[in-house]
Amino acid sequence: MTNMFTNTSLLRKSRAAAELRFRWFGRIAIGISLAFLFIMVGSIINKGKSVLISSDIAIIIDLGPNQVDPNNINQTGFDALIKRSLRATFPEITSRSDKKKLYGLLSADMGFELQKQIIANPNLLGISQKLWFTASDDVDLLLKGSVDLTTQEGDRRISNLEINWIAKLKKSGNTRSHFNKKFFMNGDSREPELAGILSALVGSILTLSVCFFVSFPIAILAAIYLEEFAPKNKISSFIEVNINNLAAVPSIVFGLLGLALLLNVFGLPRSTPLVGGLVLSLMTLPTIIIAARASLRSVPPSIREAALGMGASPIQATFHHVVPLALPGILTGTIVGMAQALGETAPLLMIGMVAFIADVPSSIIEPATALPVQIFLWADASERAFLEKTSAAIMVLLVFLILMNLLAILLRKKFEKRF
Amino acid sequence: MEIKTDAINSLKLNKNTPIIQAKNVDVFYGYKQALDNISLDIPENKVTSLIGPSGCGKSTFLRCINRMNDLVSICRVTGEIKIFNQDIYAQEVDVVALRANVGMVFQKPNPFPKSIYENVAYGPKIHRLSSNKSDMDELVEWSLRKAGLWEEVKDRLNEVATGLSGGQQQRLCIARAIAVKPRVILMDEPCSALDPIATAIIEELIDELRNNFSIIIVTHSMQQAARVSQRTAFFHMGNLVESGKTKNIFTSPKDERTQNYITGRIG
Amino acid sequence: MIAQLLESNEQFDVDSPNMPNEAVTLSKPFNITTRNSSNIGEYAIKFIMVACSMVAIAVTVGIVFSLFFESISFFQRVSISEFLFGTKWSPQTALRADQVAAEGSFGAVPLITGTLLISFIAMCVATPLGLFSAIYLSEYASRRARNVIKPLLEILAGIPTVVYGFFAALTVAPMLRSTGENIGLNVSSESALAAGLVMGIMIIPLISSLSDDVINAVPQSLRDASLGLGSTNSETIRKVVLPAAIPGISGSLLLGASRAIGETMIVVMAAGLAANLTANPLEAVTTITAQIVALLTGDQEFDSAKTLSAFALGLLLFIVTLILNMISLKIVNKYREQYD
Repeated sequence: MTNMFTNTSLLRKSRAAAELRFRWFGRIAIGISLAFLFIMVGSIINKGKSVLISSDIAIIIDLGPNQVDPNNINQTGFDALIKRSLRATFPEITSRSDKKKLYGLLSADMGFELQKQIIANPNLLGISQKLWFTASDDVDLLLKGSVDLTTQEGDRRISNLEINWIAKLKKSGNTRSHFNKKFFMNGDSREPELAGILSALVGSILTLSVCFFVSFPIAILAAIYLEEFAPKNKISSFIEVNINNLAAVPSIVFGLLGLALLLNVFGLPRSTPLVGGLVLSLMTLPTIIIAARASLRSVPPSIREAALGMGASPIQATFHHVVPLALPGILTGTIVGMAQALGETAPLLMIGMVAFIADVPSSIIEPATALPVQIFLWADASERAFLEKTSAAIMVLLVFLILMNLLAILLRKKFEKRF
Repeated sequence: MEIKTDAINSLKLNKNTPIIQAKNVDVFYGYKQALDNISLDIPENKVTSLIGPSGCGKSTFLRCINRMNDLVSICRVTGEIKIFNQDIYAQEVDVVALRANVGMVFQKPNPFPKSIYENVAYGPKIHRLSSNKSDMDELVEWSLRKAGLWEEVKDRLNEVATGLSGGQQQRLCIARAIAVKPRVILMDEPCSALDPIATAIIEELIDELRNNFSIIIVTHSMQQAARVSQRTAFFHMGNLVESGKTKNIFTSPKDERTQNYITGRIG
Repeated sequence: MIAQLLESNEQFDVDSPNMPNEAVTLSKPFNITTRNSSNIGEYAIKFIMVACSMVAIAVTVGIVFSLFFESISFFQRVSISEFLFGTKWSPQTALRADQVAAEGSFGAVPLITGTLLISFIAMCVATPLGLFSAIYLSEYASRRARNVIKPLLEILAGIPTVVYGFFAALTVAPMLRSTGENIGLNVSSESALAAGLVMGIMIIPLISSLSDDVINAVPQSLRDASLGLGSTNSETIRKVVLPAAIPGISGSLLLGASRAIGETMIVVMAAGLAANLTANPLEAVTTITAQIVALLTGDQEFDSAKTLSAFALGLLLFIVTLILNMISLKIVNKYREQYD
């Protein structure tokens, strides 16, 4: 008989193989999940990063006295003026359809841009000079190299003719690219080159503020009551079951509640951060309550005993000693809940926060949209340039989520248990 | 330091009247009886120790005196406990007010995770014992001096109390309890988490404190009971077996169980 | 020794200890019937806290009532049996008031099967991946690996569903379609497969973290007993740990299924609105949630069957997910008690 501890029988071998296989299943499962995460985030960053850059085109514009009346700037036909200058830059273009294409090199906002430049700098008037204008979305994509030029002309949105014009402008130094401030400073727009996320971002901030100011106090008080004061009876356990179930109700159902109750019964204004925030607060309530209760539970009973033992009332003991100690945990839970609310889309669709909003909302009772809804809207848009915007908006959303979660982690680290 | 002395004398008991009188006290946890018909008198300005094997009900009895047992929802107390001739389980008694007069020091030092100053000032603050900052400063100093901690901490009153050593923490808890100026202080094995040196300091302190307060101490250690207390009550399995002057209990116990316990045969 | 201690103690045992003046000034009235702090304020605070706790009940009641009332007025127009058993879904509204025939048909069966199909695909992805991740993390991974992998998996859970939807619609679906073309399969550009796959990935962290907790709760003694008999690690897991953890794991799977059924944005963006009654994952299907969104975005008149049908769908969704959640919470809680 050989050494029994180095048994090399077939059975032993197959068992070892099974062990190895099992271990690899686990590794593969984790590998697939993480690979998906990296591919998804990577592809979004890849698509969205070009949004940081936007392109301008320069043309020579004559702002002489016979073109613009210095005393009456607003009466000037700026669009026509730019079109004239464009024609002067490319005198060889004659056909109507080509001229239209030529005008399309610049953003639809060109006249307004010129007017703004003149108002900002009246010295421009009186002479003929080179001025910069935002390029249209297709030209912008072309200049950033995002257009596949090997495809058939008919398959892309930009024709060979236009490509030639741009090449000419580029050669003469009349194109430039720079950091895309407009994406962060503008509201939504039908024109991709002008569309920005500011209105959605502000909408999200307003909505989240409403959500926070409604859900935080209610959730924290409910958690304190349930954890510290509630008698152990049927009502308490019913509330508990209720909260646990609410935490798992699909978000769209909260949207239906908002639509039927807040909009139709209470008549609150549709599409506003007020209603959106209320709906989201109902959704985050259970999350915060559950986290807050766990945090309160972790405060050692000796602290309560100490306070009660010296004649503090239960309310005093709770609010003077237990709650301050549980607060970091409660705040962490709140931030996690808020992060969830920030990414929530479906309930906002139900209460009409999907409208096209170009202006930055200034109060919680003005129609607004929110970041995830803006992503949804842009993802649906047909222009190729919106794809880049959608990815970029997702990146902004993810940055905010990461910041919030980092804050939560920091809080947790900083106030790690000292008892 | 001056504190009003009105209405105090009426409270001054005849020197033979005990400050606490417990009569036929039964305590149940759910269906389980933890204390069975306890009747015990506790004298004023003396240290009374409650001894007995673990699970004998001595802590339960202690917690009846400031009604900390109320916090346990399944706990039921019957019988009568009078302090200064007032039944503390009577309808009109406010537990919070009761606990302000019957302080407690716990087994494990449990200072609030706040500054040393705030720990001591907390009780006076919630009971509105001092009207201004200088009064409060004085009261904090007085309490810390009484607890023999002042010299050690006077330069770091604003540091977090949890940074003190175990013995210091427990003395801080005592200072915190006496800052409210209770008449009775309950101590639930106050030295069980401390080393011998810290224990000795606390014992000395207890002896001094009895000049001002009536102290009831639950202890595991018979030596401690003998060192610090003038009266001793021996509990066994929920019964009060024997009580009386400490000396008598230790030198000539009447009951066989007491005899067995103090000689170390049961424990 | 005790006798000695008593000897030294004796000197204190006099009836009236030598009390300094301070002792008198120390005393305050022994008042145990009234407190200094305000009782009324405390009652008010308590009342507010109770009211806040009741909000949870109020929300549930609000959901039930709003869904119920709108559904009742829907079922006055369309019978429950037609809604539950009809196989044709085309909620067209009449163009003119007298166009009764154009009311549309409201058979929810294609939506239900579509929802189940996508959820089934999602669970097929999430169950093995989530379970094996959990097993690996709790039984094999080193502490350091665990500390890295767990937060990364949690990131998956933290990514908003609209992002998954975008990825499913713009990356996964076209990829599946072109792969299908290469091997001669006709994959719809809004296939159930794309939505289901991505949804499955989204649910992985839910299942893995719940199962991880459950597996960790299995007492070490059980493992030791099996390993002590000479079982390998994997045998111990398969024959001892998993059977002991089965109730908890099934609870987590039910919760995952409930998430899949209620998930909205992925299906809105990737699954489309074609109400096909099919079990083929390569075809386009629609789901309850996608239809609710389609019916309620844009302007609605509140008395049309089309709008009201969204609430009937919502009620159906609420009931189904509620039942799943109740069962899974019960199982998980029971399981927890068992090993606590």
